[in-house]
Amino acid sequence: MAKQLYWEDVETGGEVTPLPKIPTTQMLVKWAGASGDFNPAHYENAFANSQGLERAYVHGQLKRAWLCQLITDWIGEQGTLRKLSCQFRAVDWPRLMKTMEEPQEGDTWWCKGTVTKKYVEGDEHFVDCDIWVENAKGEKTTPGKATAVLPSRG
Amino acid sequence: MAIEELKKFIGKTDEPYPMEVEKGAIKRYAEAVGDANPLYHDEEYARTSKYGTIICPPGFFGWPVKSRPHLSGVRKELLESIMKAGYKRLLDGGSDFEFMLPVRAGDILVATGGIADVYEREGKAGKLIFAVTEMTYINQNGDRVANVRSTLICS
Repeated sequence: MAKQLYWEDVETGGEVTPLPKIPTTQMLVKWAGASGDFNPAHYENAFANSQGLERAYVHGQLKRAWLCQLITDWIGEQGTLRKLSCQFRAVDWPRLMKTMEEPQEGDTWWCKGTVTKKYVEGDEHFVDCDIWVENAKGEKTTPGKATAVLPSRG
Repeated sequence: MAIEELKKFIGKTDEPYPMEVEKGAIKRYAEAVGDANPLYHDEEYARTSKYGTIICPPGFFGWPVKSRPHLSGVRKELLESIMKAGYKRLLDGGSDFEFMLPVRAGDILVATGGIADVYEREGKAGKLIFAVTEMTYINQNGDRVANVRSTLICS
């Protein structure tokens, strides 16, 4: 685990440690099984076409889960994620598989964030962040917001 | 079907149903996300943490005790009505999570929820219907662990 982040370490305008993600068709199958979302638009190209999409695309909720990880990795074990919201503004495409384990060459997505506000309420130390998933073109396909509580050095 | 008809779904709720939070399900969920945090799979590690046991990644609430489809209840009824009204495409518009308490392995949650809002917007290629659902999860101690608001966009 990364070292613990404290509220005092964070500055408004500062960066949330970025988290890279490579969605693959295999990952989408795993996510379908683990989340219970078996919408065929995420594993069947013909069905995705019928929904007006080029091919099977990444589940929005998987990207939401990546954003949760972005924050929990950053705030460490003593931090607590309190709120997270995101909008699925554009679809993202998984890489196809090269072998049973390895994806083909292709794009990498980045989960990123910036601190928009730090404040104290009661005895809790909060940070608000803008967060997003960014595709290889630098487009924010999944923007959102998060609020977390961090430990304080007091 | 006019939007007025679809709006009749607002406020409709499902029978609350129990959700079982199993270790194996937590592990598979974290694996699917690609999140190697030991709190989600390493029992020994988790025991010494402030949680004392394996916890769920935020946003995972286990699986219904009694098997039920992902799309069921009033949500399914509403979407079927929207489809009948001529909308064919369905996209997840976004989610809004509020986390009050950690969800631990072994918890039994009660999921309660229903339709919070239905509204129409003019999109680039015609009308869009937005269907907003709200879910609340309460643990075996009667404490609310999370609220989730989700928006589906139909075109």
